[in-house]
Amino acid sequence: MNADFTAEDLVFQDEVRTFLQNEFPAEYREKIDANIRLSKEEIINWQKILYKKGWAAPSWPEEHGGTGWSQIQKHIFATEMGLIGAPEPVPFGLKMVAPVIMAYGNDEQKQRFLPDILESNVWWCQGYSEPNAGSDLASLKTAAVREGNHYIVNGTKTWNTYGQYADWIFCLVRTDNTVKKQEGISFLLIDMKSEGVSHKPIYLLDGHAEVNEIFFDDVKVPVENLIGEENKGWTYAKVLLTHERTSISGVPRGNGRLRTLKKIAAETDDGFGNSMMENQTFRNRLANIEIELKALEYVELRTLASISAGKAPGPESSILKIVGTELAQKIDEIFVDLAAYQSLPFVPEQFEDGFQGAPIGPGNSAAFALTYFNNRKASIYGGSNEIQRNIICKAVLGL
Amino acid sequence: MDFSYSEVQLMLQDSVQKFVQKSYDHNTRTKIVDSEDGYSKENWQLFAELGWLAVPFTEEDGGLGGSTIDLIVMMEEFGKANLVEPFTATAVLGGGLIAELAEGVRKAELIEKVVTGSMQLACAYAESGSRFNLSKVTTTAAIEGGDVVINGNKIAVLNAPNADKILVVARESGAATDPEGVSIFLVDANAEGLAITPFTTFDGKKSSEVLFENVRVSESVRLGSSGEALKALQKVVDRATVGVSAEAVGALESLLKKTVEYSKTRKQFGTVIGTFQALQHRMADMFIECQLARSIVVMAAMQLDSSADELEKTKSVSAAKSRVGKAIRHVGQESIQIHGGIGMTDELDVGHLFKRVTAIDIMFGNADFHTERFASLE
Repeated sequence: MNADFTAEDLVFQDEVRTFLQNEFPAEYREKIDANIRLSKEEIINWQKILYKKGWAAPSWPEEHGGTGWSQIQKHIFATEMGLIGAPEPVPFGLKMVAPVIMAYGNDEQKQRFLPDILESNVWWCQGYSEPNAGSDLASLKTAAVREGNHYIVNGTKTWNTYGQYADWIFCLVRTDNTVKKQEGISFLLIDMKSEGVSHKPIYLLDGHAEVNEIFFDDVKVPVENLIGEENKGWTYAKVLLTHERTSISGVPRGNGRLRTLKKIAAETDDGFGNSMMENQTFRNRLANIEIELKALEYVELRTLASISAGKAPGPESSILKIVGTELAQKIDEIFVDLAAYQSLPFVPEQFEDGFQGAPIGPGNSAAFALTYFNNRKASIYGGSNEIQRNIICKAVLGL
Repeated sequence: MDFSYSEVQLMLQDSVQKFVQKSYDHNTRTKIVDSEDGYSKENWQLFAELGWLAVPFTEEDGGLGGSTIDLIVMMEEFGKANLVEPFTATAVLGGGLIAELAEGVRKAELIEKVVTGSMQLACAYAESGSRFNLSKVTTTAAIEGGDVVINGNKIAVLNAPNADKILVVARESGAATDPEGVSIFLVDANAEGLAITPFTTFDGKKSSEVLFENVRVSESVRLGSSGEALKALQKVVDRATVGVSAEAVGALESLLKKTVEYSKTRKQFGTVIGTFQALQHRMADMFIECQLARSIVVMAAMQLDSSADELEKTKSVSAAKSRVGKAIRHVGQESIQIHGGIGMTDELDVGHLFKRVTAIDIMFGNADFHTERFASLE
């Protein structure tokens, strides 16, 4: 048993580091460090940089343009990305719909959709949740009725992250009302430009609308946009959800943010003549977070090692989701506590595309509270943390 | 990177599991705890024959390898069964100090006695005013005509009532918290002027206060050079810290398992209590705590075995002990709560596991102490 990288892995680590230092635009890095979100253009530009290097989709099989990396190499890549603050590609295309198309789509669908996803030419969003189907996703009601060579889709999807940017949406739709709720669901791809598709922004606590409601009003969708078999969509979606959970611990990002916190704390007066970094209570809080990140990192490494040894990502990955998100939220809290009064200005415009204003407060502290509010979502999305606990109970503890 | 156990480690694990299954159920343990010695001499001999007492030592020193991973594999199994035998006191702490500080023929002879089970050891380091600071030593060792005269009072000397020899940490020079000037002497437990006040700890171990009143011993019983023992002591204690943390991980896994099993059989309101989501989610959290604790102990053991960076090693040990301390409180308390009244009884093994992990939380520094130690090491 050892945690050492092989010589080959170390060479790889060096290559990743050099690439990120040279190719991740400095102005993006400054924005990320200041808790400012990148614009649509910037996100796409960064993803295209990764694409040109051949690193857009480490998790894809090589035949479709994946990297062929080992689990450890993928881990090294994610770690280095997190440390420098480089955002992971938006997951909806590359990590969510693509694996489903690869596994259950036909050859024509693969050729039609995968290259554009890899190259970030098409922006995808997710159409799962509905106003009355959240954690109980299978009770969704958006209906797709077959008429000739089309489905006619009617219903409402919600919480569509970046739906305002999206060209396409992958949806779970109901195609059979007469069977058990999980058995009447299909997986359908819909062009957002189709007639009858509209969206309405949902403003969140941070004053920004990163999510939307999407309305489908008699939308005609060609049957060739159905993935796999009709009424098998729930199975496909479930497979996707386990894979989604393997890379969400956020440990590298957490370590990167902790580093930012320490830097700001060293420059923040505690009001009694010392810096906040010299405040024992504050230091111990940071230490506890750092320790927690270490523990979680090794949970993740152990999970990766067992995947490398050929085991499927099991329900243990629910741990990564629960602990990873709750830890990220604790880090958000510390940012607010550190900024104190300086976190009070409410300036949601800073999250809008093309915002050119100066940073507000030390280290752009006006973004801290808004980030804290925004990230309360983390323990709710992707299967709420309560649902993850249900999974652990059922699959691990046999309860 | 490789997280699998080696052939030898799997054999070691299997060997402890078989022993526990055959000869260490809760009733047996209770009888051992209630016996005069508070441990089973028969078991101790068996441990020697099975090679367990040789695990902490390198082959060069007459042991079986000495890796920290080997140690945690074994100690986790000890923890699952709540083994009361004084493995940490004799083999890890006492034996570890001998391996670090003694030399030549004497070292070989002493380690052989540990490995063959013919010598019990106790390590007297803590004092009433030291808390967890190893360098706070007020017990003195003065040279008088070629002899050493030791004076002072030590507390929490585990295994002293059964020890053949006591390793006493004493100051030869310097102020009370000076890292320099600290030596370790290997003293006969029946030396004149040495008074042992035995007591049983709440987790069923034999411990004592030890008073040294003009204990006169030959200077030759000093282990290592004069005044330079602190580094070795810290190293051995760090290793033992990872060892008992692994023991705690084993005990916590036992608690989780027993709690989940109980919740599947105990009926209230016409159904087993394990169907209540209010309890299910708490057991899911216990599982998560166990996984985090296990992972960080593995991390610390790996660091001790292979890191070249001394600071990283120390930080890893404190990270592990701090995190395990939190898991101890969480899983321990929830186990009792979910068992309800029966969990409060002396009769059930659950309470005894809870008490053992609570003692481990205190040993070598609790979570608060290790969080601060971690934070101070930037």
